Order: sequence, then C-alpha cells, then structure tokens
Amino acid sequence: MVRLIFALCLLCLPAQAAQEQVVLGLSQDRVSITANFDGSEILIFGAVKREAPIPEGPPLEVIVSVVGPSEPVIVRRKERKFGIWVNSDSIEVDLAPSFYAVATSAPFDDVLSRTEDLRHRVSIERAIRSVGADMDVQGAQEFAAAVIRIREHEGLYSIRENTVAVDEQTLFRTSIEMPADLTEGDYQARIFLTRGGRVVSKFETAIDVRKVGLERFLYNMSRQQPVWYGLMSLVIAIAAGWGASTAFRLLREK
Amino acid sequence: MQIYLPIAEVSVNAFLLFGLGGMVGILSGMFGVGGGFLMTPLLFFIGIPPAVAVATEANQIVASSFSGVLAHFRRRTVDLKMGTVLLVGGLTGAALGVVVFNYLKSLGQVDLLVKLCYVVFLGIIGSLMFIESVNALRKSRKGTTSAKRRQRGWIHAMPFKMRFRTSGLYISVIPPLIVGVFVGILSAIMGVGGGFIMVPAMIYLLGMPTKVVVGTSLFQIIFVTAFTTMLHATTNYTVDVVLAVLLLVGGVVGAQIGTVIGARMPAEQLRVLLAALVLVVCGKLALDLLLEPSELYSLGAAGGH
Repeated sequence: MVRLIFALCLLCLPAQAAQEQVVLGLSQDRVSITANFDGSEILIFGAVKREAPIPEGPPLEVIVSVVGPSEPVIVRRKERKFGIWVNSDSIEVDLAPSFYAVATSAPFDDVLSRTEDLRHRVSIERAIRSVGADMDVQGAQEFAAAVIRIREHEGLYSIRENTVAVDEQTLFRTSIEMPADLTEGDYQARIFLTRGGRVVSKFETAIDVRKVGLERFLYNMSRQQPVWYGLMSLVIAIAAGWGASTAFRLLREK
Repeated sequence: MQIYLPIAEVSVNAFLLFGLGGMVGILSGMFGVGGGFLMTPLLFFIGIPPAVAVATEANQIVASSFSGVLAHFRRRTVDLKMGTVLLVGGLTGAALGVVVFNYLKSLGQVDLLVKLCYVVFLGIIGSLMFIESVNALRKSRKGTTSAKRRQRGWIHAMPFKMRFRTSGLYISVIPPLIVGVFVGILSAIMGVGGGFIMVPAMIYLLGMPTKVVVGTSLFQIIFVTAFTTMLHATTNYTVDVVLAVLLLVGGVVGAQIGTVIGARMPAEQLRVLLAALVLVVCGKLALDLLLEPSELYSLGAAGGH
C-alpha cells in the first residue's frame, strides 16, 4: 500500500512540475566578438504556458540569470610588511563564473527562499564555490566576497532586482547587458518561475559567445602556430618601423 | 572607437592607444630608451592583463626602436661593433632572466619583486643621472669644459681589448659584455627594453659619447626585445598583435619626432630631462607600494596560462 502511494506520488510530481512551463525567446542566441565589439545587450522574453487556470496564492515571479564559463581563480590579499604592501595570503576559488547577471521581477529575498537558492545556486554568493579552501587562512569567506566585489566593480557580476517585467502572470521580458571584456564560451541562460519563494518551473538555454573573423583567426594562430605568430608580429613591427622612418625622411626632404 | 583585442580579451579605445604610443614614442626617440618602463605600467592602468602588457610591449619596442635606429644610422651615430658586443651579452642575459623570472613566479611574489626592481633601479639611476647632469650643466655655463673619464683605470687594465672606432674607445670587451648580460636579465624580469639602464651604463661606465649611446642602445634593444617577444609568443601565448599594431602606429611616428627633437637639444639638458622622468616614474611606483591600496585583494588566473 505504502509502495503504491509512493508510486502515485512519483507519477504526480512531473505532472505538477509541468503545470507552468516557460516558452522562451531570445533576441540572439549567439554573441559574435568582432574587432569593434563593444558589449552586447540581449533581450530575453517569454511566456508561461499552462493547461490549468492561474493557481491561487502568491503571484508568479520570474528570475533570469546568465552565467559565463567558470574558471578557478586565485585571490591574493595584501598585507603591510616592512612598511610596504605585499601579497601575503592567497586562496584558490575553485569555480567562479567569468560573468554572472541575475535579473528578478521583485526584491531577491521575496522571489526566492534561502533553501531554494542553495539548491539551484541562483544568487552570486551561491554561484561561487571555494570547496577545499585553505582554512588556515584567516577569514576565508572574505576572499570569496572579494571576488564578488572586484567583479561587480568591473561590471561582470550584477544583480538587478525589479528589472523583469511580468504581465498578467504570463508574459515576461528583461534585457541583460554584457560588457565588452567577455570570456569566450557557452553562456547559460536560466529562467526560474517561482511562487512564494519556491521554484515551480525552470528552463535553460545556451548563448554562444564566440570570436569571429580576424579575431578568431589571430587567436587560433597564436595558440596553434605560436612560432609563426611570433614571427608575424615581429615582421609587422619591423615593417611599421621602417615604413614610418622612410615616410618621415621623404616628408622632410620635400 | 572601441577595438576588441583578441588575446587580451578586452575592449579598448583605439585613439587612447594611438595617443599612448605616440607619447612614449617621442620619449623613445629623444632618449634612446624603448619606453617600456613607461608604457607597461600605463597599459596596466587601462586594464590590459599584465602578462599581455609585458609581452606585447616587447613587440612594440621592436617597432619603435627599429624606426629610431634607422634615423640614427643615417646620422652615423650607431656603434655597430659595440652594439654587437652588448647584444651577445643581452641575449645571454635575457635567457638567464627568463629562468630567474620563472623561479620567482613559483615563489608567488613576482609582482612585488618586479615593482621593487623598478623602484630600486629607477631611483638609483635617476638620482645619479640627475646629479651628474646638473653638475655638467653648471660647468658648461661657467665655461670650463669637463673631459674626464673616471673609470679609465680599471677598465683599461682588463684583457681582450678591442677598438670601437665610432665611439672613439679602445677598451676591453668584458665591461660591455657584463653590461649586456645585466641589462638582458633586467629586461626579461621587468618586461622592458632596458635602455634606461643601458644608456647611463654606457655613458658613465664605458665612457661612450652621448651622441653614439642612443643609437647603439636602440640597435641592441631591437634584438633583445625581438628575442623576448618570441619567448613570450611561444611559451605564454600572450603577444597581442592587434594591441601591438595600435601602439606602434603611434609609437613609430612619435619616435621619428623624438629623434628630431633629440638632435636639436643639447646633450646635458636631454640628460636632466631623462633623469627627471625616471624619478617621476620611480616616485609613482614607490607610492603604490607604501600607501594602503583601496582594494586589498587581487584576482589572478589559477594555474597561470
């Protein structure tokens, strides 16, 4: 009997989860980094698909997050020694996204409860992991906080509350600005629908951030044929030096 | 106009880079310094990653030095023989310097040591040059000509003597070789051409005439920085050719203008200016080390690629 109820519950779960689903649109699903790339703005919009009428209770809220590729980062702290400021302690933060933007339709704490945040890693604090951080270093938490502070200052991390517009609990839209100094890779766009701080539905899609054209060619060459790349750089440098010198002499002689 | 740099992976204003290149190029042409000791910190300030700034700067110095040395060749103020001797030392030193650099990197204090190197060397050389050249200016005003060669004694006692016709010297090859090695080591560690060390060393240590010093140091710098560029391009992949081109467009034009200005200014005044400039950069770097930084934490790529 217990087993049967359990099985029934299992059957019910996906049905309930699928009650409200995201249908998503992106203004672009790839960001091309060209020579004159100067940041990008991606419009993220969508609708909530549901078979049943809008459920009673707390209103539907939407969270949109865009996450860049994660890389380990070394954080160093300076200390005064012998009168000068030197790097003393350091910690390796195992995973820190190179870009992280979160947009919400209401104040963050109202949209998502702490437990749900822990599970889905939505807030910036949760997205950064420093597992195995050296606990001998005093205030290991401050190092993770420093990563967030520095990257927020650079415009790479941001949390934008009340920037997702939701109409009739069905349509939503927001725009995410991406700065010029993006790291290449697959960016993940995640959309959460929440009610009363609980996630009721989740949708993920990828945004491809790639160098194209000359940028791509030079980058590949520098990695795959470093010797030729180095020689090319030198030839360009010497040609430019010679060209300028000759041009100036001709100018002066005239 | 914003330009995205493929290796540095940042977007910067192209005109800002032209301007920086031009300014540093003028100084390079005037003083025979590559300008790296000014340009590298400036690139840090506009947000270029340090590893890329150092490697790309080496490439850019090749261009501005080449442009500058051609002008000196036409005026016959390059001592090729002396330049070659310095170059042999320089290449050896650069290779040694890379080994030292990697060792310091494994200790995790490379930033600090690079900055300390800057402060110490710029401070010593700047002060020495300033005192020397101010004295020389005073003497030349009084009308007494000073034709002293202080180190004649021990330098002339060394073996393997060689005649350097252009410089009007007959000295042992050992001192220039040592100067070359020393400058090579420093240029690899500090990411500069090393002209600001070599120029005073040639004037005060080897006793070369100031007019020849600039062209000869440029000649040596071309090869040492080309060598450094290749080392960086093949081991760290940090040479950004787009950044280099933008800098050198301004740089080569600036170097030409600088050479003309340098030829018209009296040598003593040129030295006072260079000394003052060196001291200003030194002071700025020393302040950075002494004052409490606004952000105590800094980020670096793990594993260093």
